[in-house]
Amino acid sequence: MATKRIVIGPVTRVEGHLRVEAVVEDNKIIDAISAGTVFRGIEIILKGRDPRDAWAFVQRICGVCTHTHALASIRCVEDALKIEIPKNANIIRNIMAAAQDVHDHTNHFYLLHALDWVDVISALKADPVQTSSIAASISDWPLNSANYFKDIQTKVKNFVESGQLGIFANGYWGHPAYRLPPEVNLLGVAHYIEALNWQKEIVKIHAVFGGKNPHPNYVVGGVPVSINLNDYNVINMERLNLVKSKIDEAKTFVDQVLIPDILAIAGFYKNDLWGGGLSNYMSYGDFPMTSINEPDSFLIPRGIVLDRDLTQVHDIDLQDPKQIQEFVSHAWYRQDDKEAGLHPWEGKTEPQYDGPKPPYDKLDETKGYSWSKAPRWQGKPMEVGPLARIVVAYAKGNKEIKELVDTSLRKLNLPVEALFSTLGRTLARALETQYRTKVLVRLYDDLIANIKAGDTSTFNKEKWDPENWPSEAQGVGFCEAPRGALGHWIKIKDGKIDNYQTVVPTTWNASPRDANQQHGAYEASMIDTPLANPEQPLEVLRTIHSFDPCIACATHLLDPQGKELAVVKTKK
Amino acid sequence: MQESYYQRAISKGINRRDFLKICTATAAMLGLGANAVPKIANALETNQRMPVIYLNLQECTCCTESFIRTGHPLASDLILNLISLDYIDVLQAAAGDHAEEAKMKTMKDFHNNYLLVVEGSVPLGADGVYCTIGGKTSRSVLEEAAAGAVAVIAYGTCATDGCVQGAAPNPTEAVPVHEIIKDKPVIKVPGCPPIAEVITGTIVHYLTFGTLPELTPQGRPKAFYQHRIHDTCNRRGFFDMGLFVEEFDDEGAKKGWCLFKMGCRGPSTFNACAITGWNEGTSYPIKSGHPCLGCSEDKFFDKGSFYSALPGNFPARIPNEDTSNINLRKGVIGVAAGAVAGAAGGAVATAAVLANKKSKKIYIDDISEIDELKNKDISG
Repeated sequence: MATKRIVIGPVTRVEGHLRVEAVVEDNKIIDAISAGTVFRGIEIILKGRDPRDAWAFVQRICGVCTHTHALASIRCVEDALKIEIPKNANIIRNIMAAAQDVHDHTNHFYLLHALDWVDVISALKADPVQTSSIAASISDWPLNSANYFKDIQTKVKNFVESGQLGIFANGYWGHPAYRLPPEVNLLGVAHYIEALNWQKEIVKIHAVFGGKNPHPNYVVGGVPVSINLNDYNVINMERLNLVKSKIDEAKTFVDQVLIPDILAIAGFYKNDLWGGGLSNYMSYGDFPMTSINEPDSFLIPRGIVLDRDLTQVHDIDLQDPKQIQEFVSHAWYRQDDKEAGLHPWEGKTEPQYDGPKPPYDKLDETKGYSWSKAPRWQGKPMEVGPLARIVVAYAKGNKEIKELVDTSLRKLNLPVEALFSTLGRTLARALETQYRTKVLVRLYDDLIANIKAGDTSTFNKEKWDPENWPSEAQGVGFCEAPRGALGHWIKIKDGKIDNYQTVVPTTWNASPRDANQQHGAYEASMIDTPLANPEQPLEVLRTIHSFDPCIACATHLLDPQGKELAVVKTKK
Repeated sequence: MQESYYQRAISKGINRRDFLKICTATAAMLGLGANAVPKIANALETNQRMPVIYLNLQECTCCTESFIRTGHPLASDLILNLISLDYIDVLQAAAGDHAEEAKMKTMKDFHNNYLLVVEGSVPLGADGVYCTIGGKTSRSVLEEAAAGAVAVIAYGTCATDGCVQGAAPNPTEAVPVHEIIKDKPVIKVPGCPPIAEVITGTIVHYLTFGTLPELTPQGRPKAFYQHRIHDTCNRRGFFDMGLFVEEFDDEGAKKGWCLFKMGCRGPSTFNACAITGWNEGTSYPIKSGHPCLGCSEDKFFDKGSFYSALPGNFPARIPNEDTSNINLRKGVIGVAAGAVAGAAGGAVATAAVLANKKSKKIYIDDISEIDELKNKDISG
């Protein structure tokens, strides 16, 4: 049987640099490896620093999910120092988290993922009158006239005919795996442009509470901003109105644009149910309604589903040294016993590169092949992210999530098993976005009610001064970032950081093999993916993008015998 | 302002027939058919959007995120009407070799005519293996793209100074763009990230006027980096009155007083935050209650805790005799000596107000002079 090795490097429309190599047999992918190729050493840089400063350093791990590392960081310091935060601070952090998810997910779908489903050039052939009637039939969104779509089409046409294609140059336009009719493609292109211009609005919520976005400000013990209805430079009614107006806009955009688009597009792709990959799903849970120390109060439930068995949800203990461990058998790090798994509190980050000298065509997967470690839960690889959260919530019988999922699957006439696919991952992210907009409305009401009850406190000062800290402490902070379960583990000694380790969502999903040769989530999901045209591997992009990758990675594949094949570069 | 694609092609010895072949190939690639060829040819002969190559090196992508937050121009206008964003791996449709081909094509066809925007630092440690893109080191990717660029914009503090990965002990030996590219202008647009309208303002300045904007001695556009945040801060009045927040959410915080004592770096940070504002003027860090981190300044992660007030020797303890060492320059930034004397003794409020009465202006137009002062051992 003819096998062929294809290379996509870099995979674009991701945060960071991703490289995929795939061995294809009979137009189907048969094996994969995944490798991160960027290392920045932030955990090393943190040693000896003030734990109260850590959030600003680790926030710079990612400027896309700009809220999440900062949140996990202040939570790990607060866990170590036993700091409870005021109710307002908890609500404001939750509002910022939900706003982050809405922004990140919407941006991801339109700017990073849509071009895997929507053929821009096909939109030029659309009849705008038909696009208009399709739009009106699926949504109340007011921008739906034939003239509007005609105008968008003309703009795109002029752009294309300028001969300068900019970001649309060299796309896989006309590829047989694009399944939308021209009219729906035109709808997708119109909303791509709308989303590009809308996304800057929702993050104004971050600017109100954190001063700016990307990289808003945080503080250990609460939130930096004060509430005073009778002054300025603080949260007053004008600021609250701004937040409320952005929440309302977000809800309208998601209800009337994102969700109808996703359902319309999914309808044309509902037979493409490959890309499921791993069968294990993990969520740490988030959105505490009382305290982060009370998982029962989380709106996003915690748990693990194994082997797609929705009848049982396993619990997680982030502090248990035997549950979450990181392995470096295939990563570029020094460790005495390369096969041993280490809990993050005992974790080490000592780079030791033994890959090929650049420029290179391929990595050697028999040695280390990634800057990404391989995190495992009780030795098992896990998928994290929107699909994992939806699966865990569904299995736990969460009413709101179950209703969202069941309603949309009914509309698509698909069974719940359809979730375990590339399409399911993308659908789950959209449904979660819709849920977050509802949560935003609820959280805003909570904030107003609490202020109305006379509570304006936003900061707990008791442990601000390091003189009030124990000489040694350790803590874990976590959150559900847009891309999945995120954990930060800290050890504090004499007021300084002694050890700091992060296990990020994309480390779970993009993980290389472990000592037992178990694939990570990206690797597993690529296997068995059919390719209509291996020289234009659109389906690989679609699956990898369905995870919303957030670090630089590289992925290699082997033939079934584990033998390296000659690299065949893809051609147009 | 620029030659058209056709003029450039002709000047490189490509004849009319070859040029039309390029147009036909472009039309075919898009499935547009033969009737689109004359339109493409006409567009390439008459119009020209400035080609831009945007590289993401060792970074966190916050700068790209900020870039698309731009309110004026709107991101869609910028990308579809003002520039030709021929390579930006975060947004472009093409992947892998096809993306690289698009970049190589622009580098070749528009040699010395495209703008290069660089986000991220370049790690030199271990022969560059800490950041490889498509198997190449980030250094070689940068050098290759910079060779034919008309100008290079180092966008964000990673690119201007190494930012967080460049903080001590700088384990990957991250260096900024200007330490690699030395043979052409490198405009610095620092910040972590920079304000959206600052980067798009810098780019559109070049498109509109055909010249690089005037730069500060540090190589940053004067229009955005000439003044300290402190000089235009909306809490400045409280600083001058000596009304300070002492801890988060205290009475002063609830009244929006000055954050100097909370560690604010506004007095040593040159940026447009307090004027242009963030997210279309919604706010900026100090307005929202957190001290400025000083993210547009070199080594901002290595200047002590973010919550320690600026060192006693700045601006509090500059002895009078030392002010004579500060150059007085034209059109520059004033530091009220009241502040200088103010924080020194602890009785800040009174001292500041009193000192203000006999204030002698100190003029500083370069942060390095502040650093110089800080480095002087004048703590005694």
